[in-house]
Amino acid sequence: MKKKILPRLTKLMSLSSAALLAGCSWDTLDPKGVIGAQEKSLILTSTYAMLLVVIPVCILTLLFAWQYRQSNTAAEYLPKWSHSNKIEVIIWAVPSLIILFLAVLTYQTCHSLDPYKPLEAEANVKPIHVDVVALDWKWLFIYPDEGIATVNQMAMPVNTPVDFRITSDSVMNSFFIPQLGTMIYAMAGMQTQLHLIANEAGDFQGESSNFSGRGFSDMRFRALAMPADQYSAWVEKVKASSEQLDSASYPKLAAPSEANPVEYFSHVDAGLFDDIVAKYNNGMVMDKSTGKMLHVQQSAMSDMNMKE
Amino acid sequence: MLGKLTLSAIPYDVPILVGTFIGAAIAGLAVVGLITYYGKWGYLWREWLTSVDHKRIGVMYIVVALVALFRGFADAIMMRSQLALAYAGNPGYLPPHHYDQIFSAHGTIMIFFMAVAFMQGLMNIVVPLQIGARDVAFPFVNTLSFWMTTISFLLVNVSLFIGEFSQCGWLAYPPLSEQQFSPGVGVDYYIWAVQLSGVGTLLTGVNFFATIVKMRAPGMTYMRMPVFTWTIFCTTVLIMVAFPILTVAMGLLGLDRYLGMHFFTNDGGGNQMLYLSVIWGWGHPEVYILVLPAFGAFSEITQTFSRKPLFGYKTMVYATASIMVLSLVVWVHHFFTMGAGPNVNAFFGIMTMIIAVPTGVKIFNWLFTMYKGRIDFHATMYWVIGFMITFSIGGMTGVMLAIPASDFVLHNSLFVIAHFHNVIIGGVYFGYVAAMNFWFPKAFGFKLNEAWGKRAFWFWFVGFYVAFMPLYVLGFEGMTRRMNHYDNPEWHPWLLIAEVGAVLIACGIVCQLTQLYVSIRDRNLAENRDLTGDPWNARTLEWSTSSPPPFYNFAILPEVHELDAFAHDKEAGIDTRQAGGNYQPIHMPKNTACGFLIGAFSFVMGFGAIWYIWWLAAVGLIGVIATVIARSSDNDVDYYVPVSEVARIEQEHTHNLMAAQAAE
Repeated sequence: MKKKILPRLTKLMSLSSAALLAGCSWDTLDPKGVIGAQEKSLILTSTYAMLLVVIPVCILTLLFAWQYRQSNTAAEYLPKWSHSNKIEVIIWAVPSLIILFLAVLTYQTCHSLDPYKPLEAEANVKPIHVDVVALDWKWLFIYPDEGIATVNQMAMPVNTPVDFRITSDSVMNSFFIPQLGTMIYAMAGMQTQLHLIANEAGDFQGESSNFSGRGFSDMRFRALAMPADQYSAWVEKVKASSEQLDSASYPKLAAPSEANPVEYFSHVDAGLFDDIVAKYNNGMVMDKSTGKMLHVQQSAMSDMNMKE
Repeated sequence: MLGKLTLSAIPYDVPILVGTFIGAAIAGLAVVGLITYYGKWGYLWREWLTSVDHKRIGVMYIVVALVALFRGFADAIMMRSQLALAYAGNPGYLPPHHYDQIFSAHGTIMIFFMAVAFMQGLMNIVVPLQIGARDVAFPFVNTLSFWMTTISFLLVNVSLFIGEFSQCGWLAYPPLSEQQFSPGVGVDYYIWAVQLSGVGTLLTGVNFFATIVKMRAPGMTYMRMPVFTWTIFCTTVLIMVAFPILTVAMGLLGLDRYLGMHFFTNDGGGNQMLYLSVIWGWGHPEVYILVLPAFGAFSEITQTFSRKPLFGYKTMVYATASIMVLSLVVWVHHFFTMGAGPNVNAFFGIMTMIIAVPTGVKIFNWLFTMYKGRIDFHATMYWVIGFMITFSIGGMTGVMLAIPASDFVLHNSLFVIAHFHNVIIGGVYFGYVAAMNFWFPKAFGFKLNEAWGKRAFWFWFVGFYVAFMPLYVLGFEGMTRRMNHYDNPEWHPWLLIAEVGAVLIACGIVCQLTQLYVSIRDRNLAENRDLTGDPWNARTLEWSTSSPPPFYNFAILPEVHELDAFAHDKEAGIDTRQAGGNYQPIHMPKNTACGFLIGAFSFVMGFGAIWYIWWLAAVGLIGVIATVIARSSDNDVDYYVPVSEVARIEQEHTHNLMAAQAAE
């Protein structure tokens, strides 16, 4: 019976490792931005480091099981042997060294890939600002500098850092564009931050990666990365929309809807994002740069219904 | 009068549930009918349902765990089938309302009622025997623990046919689980089931901690304790530390829902991040609560079938203890993407990966236990070797997730699902099944069928890889968990492969059932009977008594002079049983229905509270309190087994032993 184990296991092992190598075309392993690229290289480096132990362990397991099978009476049998300082030192030292290496890597990448850290751009490139609101079950993107807003579609110029502020006007969601890297939670009354960059043009999948109820599966958006001139054209296209987002139309948008189509709003009330955050904080909102709590200016949303 | 409960709570418009109900009703009636036909109600009540014998309670726990496994697996294969179908515009056959209940129930059932129940069953059967004790420290509390777990599982299943279950995932993150977003009874079913079963698990933790501290056989110092007992010891510590946190988390969520408080709500100063921190403060130690006993079982099995003592016993103990401590300081790795600063994330990431060191050492210890041994490839050893390979891979992906910056793209994806099934199936489940195969003859006096055991292993092992390796790929492709349908063409083939894996695992479960059936059918064949009590030539004390052991376990408490006491005695020619020695009357606890009654009243209370039927909840609560008072004022709780009875039972076993030796 033992004969069957080896070939089957080795086949499985080689299959799974082949699958790992073939992974170059997978989203998170096919990054289009520098953050995603660094995360991919981190995943690969740490995997290789660990394979240094995992592969020998798998091979030794099969080897020892085979070599010391009961029927192999030629193999040495030491029925009392159960301790060896030499082996103990090695089995503590090898994993410790690998973990030490990974710990250093972890500390460094926690800082270098901190989602709150602004990205460095080339000179004369100014980052764009996008405020993201997770709603039931769609994504609202507010471009405060352009005064426009969109639903379930966002655009960004390539090679330009994007500074996201993220909140939710409903349950907890997570904002994620796999090919650009890092995800971050969206929570009501809070502003999380994220800095991403697209270094190649493309139409990327965006999604919520935290379950948020009935319409969760369709809570998807497209993230379009495009050259600067096309981006300007996209902004103009949004500005040409007849829809506007203000205190009258926001509650309608915020009401639960599933598989919401893409929507463009040529105008959005300034301070909408702050109002959405502030309504869960007694009208207060935290200033991102100072960390101080401030009262929101007169609320355009004063009549905005608080969900109860 | 009936609170929220109306006829519309019965889901007779969902064919799957109606079919399930009819199936369950037929099966239930068949069981009831058979018991009545054979007139076994009295036997069942006296010998099992009211028993305080740890071995019987252990068996009942494992029966509950296996039923939970079938229920949880039925949920699993329905999810896989939904995702194999629901592609490119096809909505599949499970609408979100039903699908969301299924994945929530799958996780809840597999963790609380499959794994935790199985683990408690194993510790019940093995630990008192392994430390040379006659029972646990608090036999009545033991039966109470069992019934609290069982009625909670019943409550989850009642939600199938009356009302609905939670649709918020197995940890019910707020604010989704708050009244505002989940106004139905689903989350209330979840809260009460988890809360009531938590009482049972916490009491088990206290009970077995006290048992191990106070009731070890004379001479069994801590460093002579078998490794399985050591792992249970660390598990009980973790249970006592972690389960109260769960109770608090569920309590606060319950206050939010029932009394309109604002611990975790969006408004009114609530903070959802607090819930994540609290629930994972329990949730992470929980996975070590589950896996440490599996490590213990693997240790016992490997040394027994390698015909050699465990390599590095002391290292194993220190590794177990350090995992116990470290597991309490890693919980933040479940929410690296919530916006904590880089230093916080780095601390918890590094603490998490440090756990890989003692865990890796354990793997090496099993490896070197096999080294220069004479390995008997019994079915249990298949699970051990399958575990060592699978768990190494699962550990590796775990460390990948522990690096915060990697987790930033892998969090909440199917990569995470693949990882924790990799360690929970490959570690916990393989361990428990190996343990069941290993200790089965001790509990029942006959062995499990080996051929079917090996078939079950191969289906589970191959099935696991086919079902979960594609999920790693899907994680890299950016597929998040808990999706009901999708339109990404790249995901579809992988989900079809995963469906095949789920079918293979189903075959594995069928093989396990067949194994049980065949073993029970052939239990009287000479090669299956365990007359000596030591079918595997094992090393620890539980094998020194008969199989199944007498209800008092040991007529004379064994004397322990060394680690692996029984192996030492066999070598030195010492009779561990001291057969024919100076028997004394044995002090034993009497059976009691109080555990059953408290469980039943708790069920009534929980059901009443879930449906806002307050008079019913009050009846349940008063019933619980009255039973506790009655039990507390009952002084007739124990008795002495006379010497003549002990001598007769021991004589019978001696006779069996001699017959078995003569047959050899």
